Amino acid sequence: MGEVAIRAEGLTKGFGQGETFTLAVSDVSFEAYRGEMLFIVGPSGSGKTTMLSMVSGILRPDSGRVMIEGEDIWAMGEDALAHFRLHRIGFVFQDFHLFPRLTTAENVAIPLVIQRRDWGEALTEARRFLDIVGLGHRADIPPVKLSGGEQQRVAIARALIGQPDILVLDEPTASLDGDTGRNIIGFVRREVLNDKRCILIITHDARIFEFADRIMTMEDGRVTRIDQGGMAHVAHEGV
Amino acid sequence: MFGILRIAYKLLANDRAKFTALVMGITFAVFLMVQMTSMFAGVLSRSSATVYNVGASVWVMDPAVQTVANSIPMPDSVLDQVRSLPGVKFAVPIYSGGSLVKMADGTYQAVTIMGLDDTSLFGRPVMEAGRIEDIYGENGFIAVTDSEYTKIGSPKIGAEFQINDHRAKIVGLAKVSSNGLFGVPTLYTTYSRALQYLPNSRFTISYILVEPKSAADIPAIQAAVARAGYVALTRDAFVRQISDFYKYKTGIGTNLLMMTVISFIVGLSISGQTFYTFILENLEKFGALKAIGMTSRELVAMILFQAGFVSLTGYGLGTGLCATMIWIARARMPDYAAIITWGNLLLALGMVVVIAGISSWFAVRRVLRIEPFDIFRG
Ligand SMILES: Nc1ncnc2c1ncn2[C@@H]1O[C@H](COP(=O)(O)OP(=O)(O)OP(=O)(O)O)[C@@H](O)[C@H]1O
Ligand SMILES: [Mg+2]
Repeated sequence: MGEVAIRAEGLTKGFGQGETFTLAVSDVSFEAYRGEMLFIVGPSGSGKTTMLSMVSGILRPDSGRVMIEGEDIWAMGEDALAHFRLHRIGFVFQDFHLFPRLTTAENVAIPLVIQRRDWGEALTEARRFLDIVGLGHRADIPPVKLSGGEQQRVAIARALIGQPDILVLDEPTASLDGDTGRNIIGFVRREVLNDKRCILIITHDARIFEFADRIMTMEDGRVTRIDQGGMAHVAHEGV
Repeated sequence: MFGILRIAYKLLANDRAKFTALVMGITFAVFLMVQMTSMFAGVLSRSSATVYNVGASVWVMDPAVQTVANSIPMPDSVLDQVRSLPGVKFAVPIYSGGSLVKMADGTYQAVTIMGLDDTSLFGRPVMEAGRIEDIYGENGFIAVTDSEYTKIGSPKIGAEFQINDHRAKIVGLAKVSSNGLFGVPTLYTTYSRALQYLPNSRFTISYILVEPKSAADIPAIQAAVARAGYVALTRDAFVRQISDFYKYKTGIGTNLLMMTVISFIVGLSISGQTFYTFILENLEKFGALKAIGMTSRELVAMILFQAGFVSLTGYGLGTGLCATMIWIARARMPDYAAIITWGNLLLALGMVVVIAGISSWFAVRRVLRIEPFDIFRG
């Protein structure tokens, strides 16, 4: 196994107050490694999204720490954390969240634009990443004209363009049909994963378990078990 | 930052329907507002036309006078009193009154008659044809070739009318810098002929025009005139008094205020609402941008840029449209009273800024409240 990419220590998060209080995540600790694809599974409401949000720097834990490369991300200020996410973490959302009024290439270029990269340069780079996800020929049309699977690949290109070393995907295949979902995750496994990168995927979809290195199960806000996935100890190459 | 603003621009401009609605809303509001205020400014400037045309520095009048057209005659003794004040360089009377002209074809036309002081002809207009001295000639009148000139049949030098059974002969044509509001032609003659031709009350002086020795003498002159029971107003103060009369005592001002409020509401409801809808539609995407690593400051900059861009585009179109309209109207109706003043433009700009401010305030509040976590959760 590679170096530790992420270390979560005692992560806890509750929502609401009094009667309506829910402890969504309770004292979760784990490590994720560079070069691995870690799946997070478990019943609905078990705290998967809440946990991954804390790990990826978009939801502040009530207690516990998230260490990435030895840095306690929740000790950072708001702007520093935004900067950290921009350069280090790629997000893929269940609903893609692509802007319908921008072209596919412009959507993909957004992280570089936020990084203050030159517009033309960002678009050239976006085309390159669209090529990688096999959509180079779709660069100039709005993403709404693409199929669901294609849109998710655009979203993956957007998540990848900043060359993040951590990629988080929440139910990336939920809006897609079975085969498309499998193809996408297979693609991520083959082309996106590399020795430096750690990919965390929340999923319900048992058909893609074969692509996992490890599978972490959550129940009632706790990690109940971690299993080896279908790809344990498989070497890989990728972008 | 430029790239981020470029994204902001594309998000908005590529949404053709909303962008059009937004710009049209602002354009329409600005157009309404500038049009109304310009009409009013036109009316105001014309209402003081006589004051500008005569050009005296200080006007002495009865305290009850509200507009220049409605003078209240003063006795000759006031003129002597004013002339004897130490700060006064000279003071002359002027006559201003309405009358009817009977034209060659037997029809009547209302006119304003200005009677200039016989010795100085102070307040004389700029001559276009003929010599001002001819005004002393028998039955001499000078016609003003303003937009009302045609109403007395565009008389040439030598044309004749009757005024109260007296013969009147045009001896010159003059132009004035400012057209009057009331749509009647103006004739100039001497003060004494005006008294002779027109029926008079016991008192005859409409205004006393005063030239002070220096501007510093004006307060003392005003105080002395006030002690005598009259008022002395500087030209600007008189213009202001006339404007205030139209603004506050005629209902025009209230209507204008209402129209301004209406255009504001129109602008805010069309553009403000559209902008808010636009933000709501993209809210999740803005949340995704936050997750990706855009700071709140950058999001606010995007929104302000969008609001600012739409507002200025609408403002430019609105004022342009208004200027074009007024220009066309002027070309067709010389009488059309409307002027776009800097004040009008600033006022409309202020309104647009307030609309943009309110719209973006709501938008910013909404966007700052979204949690990337909620977007991630779906
Ligand atoms: N913003 C919130 N306010 C209140 N409760 C919340 C909030 N977010 C999550 N919860 C609660 O926390 C618990 C965990 O939610 P979470 O979304 O992390 O579950 P999940 O495992 O991702 O479920 P799913 O598989 O349905 O996505 C749930 O009981 C949920 O209702
Ligand atoms: Mg979830």
